[in-house]
Amino acid sequence: MKPSLAMVGVNAALAALAALTLFPLVWMVCASFMTPGEASTYPPPMLPASATLVNYRVLFADYGLIRQAFNSLLISLCATALSLLFNLSAGYAFAKLRFRGRERIFRLLLGALVIPAQITMMPLFFMLKRMGLVNSTPGVLVPWLASVFGIYLVRQYAQSIPDELLEAARIDGAGEGRIFLQVVLPLLKPIVVTLAVLAFMGSWNDFMWPLIVLTDRDMQTLPVALATLSREHVQDVELMMAGAVITVLPVLVLFFALQRYYLQGLLVGSVKG
Amino acid sequence: MKPTQAAWLFVLPALMAIAVFFVVPVAAALLMSVTDFDIYGLADLGNVRFIGLANYLRLVQTPLFWQALFNTLFFVLVGVPLSVAASLVAALLLNSPLARLKGLYRTALFVPVVTTLAAVAVMWRFLLHTRYGLLNYGLSSLNISPIDWLGNPHWAMPAIMLLSVWKNFGYNMIILLAGLQAIPADQYEAAHLEGAGAFTVFRHITLPSLVPMLLMVSILTMAAHFQLFAEPYVMTQGGPAQRTVTVLYLMYEEGFKWWSLGSGSAVAFVLFLFMFGFTVIQIQAARRWGTT
Repeated sequence: MKPSLAMVGVNAALAALAALTLFPLVWMVCASFMTPGEASTYPPPMLPASATLVNYRVLFADYGLIRQAFNSLLISLCATALSLLFNLSAGYAFAKLRFRGRERIFRLLLGALVIPAQITMMPLFFMLKRMGLVNSTPGVLVPWLASVFGIYLVRQYAQSIPDELLEAARIDGAGEGRIFLQVVLPLLKPIVVTLAVLAFMGSWNDFMWPLIVLTDRDMQTLPVALATLSREHVQDVELMMAGAVITVLPVLVLFFALQRYYLQGLLVGSVKG
Repeated sequence: MKPTQAAWLFVLPALMAIAVFFVVPVAAALLMSVTDFDIYGLADLGNVRFIGLANYLRLVQTPLFWQALFNTLFFVLVGVPLSVAASLVAALLLNSPLARLKGLYRTALFVPVVTTLAAVAVMWRFLLHTRYGLLNYGLSSLNISPIDWLGNPHWAMPAIMLLSVWKNFGYNMIILLAGLQAIPADQYEAAHLEGAGAFTVFRHITLPSLVPMLLMVSILTMAAHFQLFAEPYVMTQGGPAQRTVTVLYLMYEEGFKWWSLGSGSAVAFVLFLFMFGFTVIQIQAARRWGTT
């Protein structure tokens, strides 16, 4: 085979694969601008005959989806803050500070990764019910407090901080708290962004736990509200696609803005074998 | 304050959170699974009785439990190889020295990974529509008659697999791509000097160097596949003919629809045992393969 022919083949295959991958999302956006009923005709249209915003208006005005969008945003922001608060300090300590049983505790934590989180859902629900936190924002946030994965991510990154730097700060008389805030955190900046992006997207996209804990429609997040709506509106393709666009758009924008950090987290996180 | 004390202050909040909201609930779930914990237990712990292995025994006598187990294993055993294969093909294409616009393609292929699962499941339900879905429309141009994807018991799970491969292949693609890029270029050059063809190079250089990464990727993918829930919840509600009821879906229904939290916990532990068992098998198999 001539090199030029192989080159055309490889690039054509890539272009076809990318087109196939993006096609459903493009259709989703197009369908969200169609007039109600338009998508359910044969042959199925790809582009709206005349683009309309009526579906978005119905979602916000008639179904009050702005409420769930606000819930989603609040929950994701809180989850991000909590995740940073708990995992940064712990990850740093596991990497750079000495305390008894450090390695043993860390190995135990990694071992806990084989246990699927869904096992905890039933006792956790009971616990939250006792504390009056079912159907509340704190209730959804509980699993986002600290995570083994988050601690692992920060630890991997923090190990590259030179010990001499910390020692020098100690000799200068800086306390451990000040060292963490003024010396360590600035160095951890890339992994802080990575952790924040992962936490935000993870909590935004989360489905099963919010579905269980948030029983009241006014408390629900966008993905849960959309799933519930779609069960009632089996025929309303265009309306549901508008809802899907609203749900997906924020995470897509965040991904495009911070792609580098997201992919870095993915690579660090996966080399744990 | 001594550094050691400070260290404990740094880790304790996280460890406490993990202990209270993960370790304790896992232990509690094990306890729950040997009780008749139900909606009355939720109201008052005094209503809960120890019933030994009765939940587990009742499960193995329930046809739906076996159906859920079968459906989940089908999804894992067929879906994981498909998903990893798709990732590998995409990674190989992206790693080809002939490819142009690599960054652009990489981003495009990765986009489904970051989308919201529940939202794209809603979307795929319409793409898979028998009459107006674009998938069947595309197939009709190949002279394939319409398939009732989500209404036909034989096609519902394969349809969910299709969505799952589309949604997830980009994730492993990135990991495998990193693995491919780590293979030293001189190995390829040596092979070319000896006149090896593309397939020989793939078989004797690329694939062996990629084995550890393929193993890791398939273990992670398998764990994720065992946890199939949102797709059947949104797209099929477990149907048709209970062919998309997964173990996790069964757990959800037992625990949070019928409020049998004891029985739901038992289902969760069965899922855990299967995931654990399959992971061990894969690691063992890889070790044996690696030593020969």
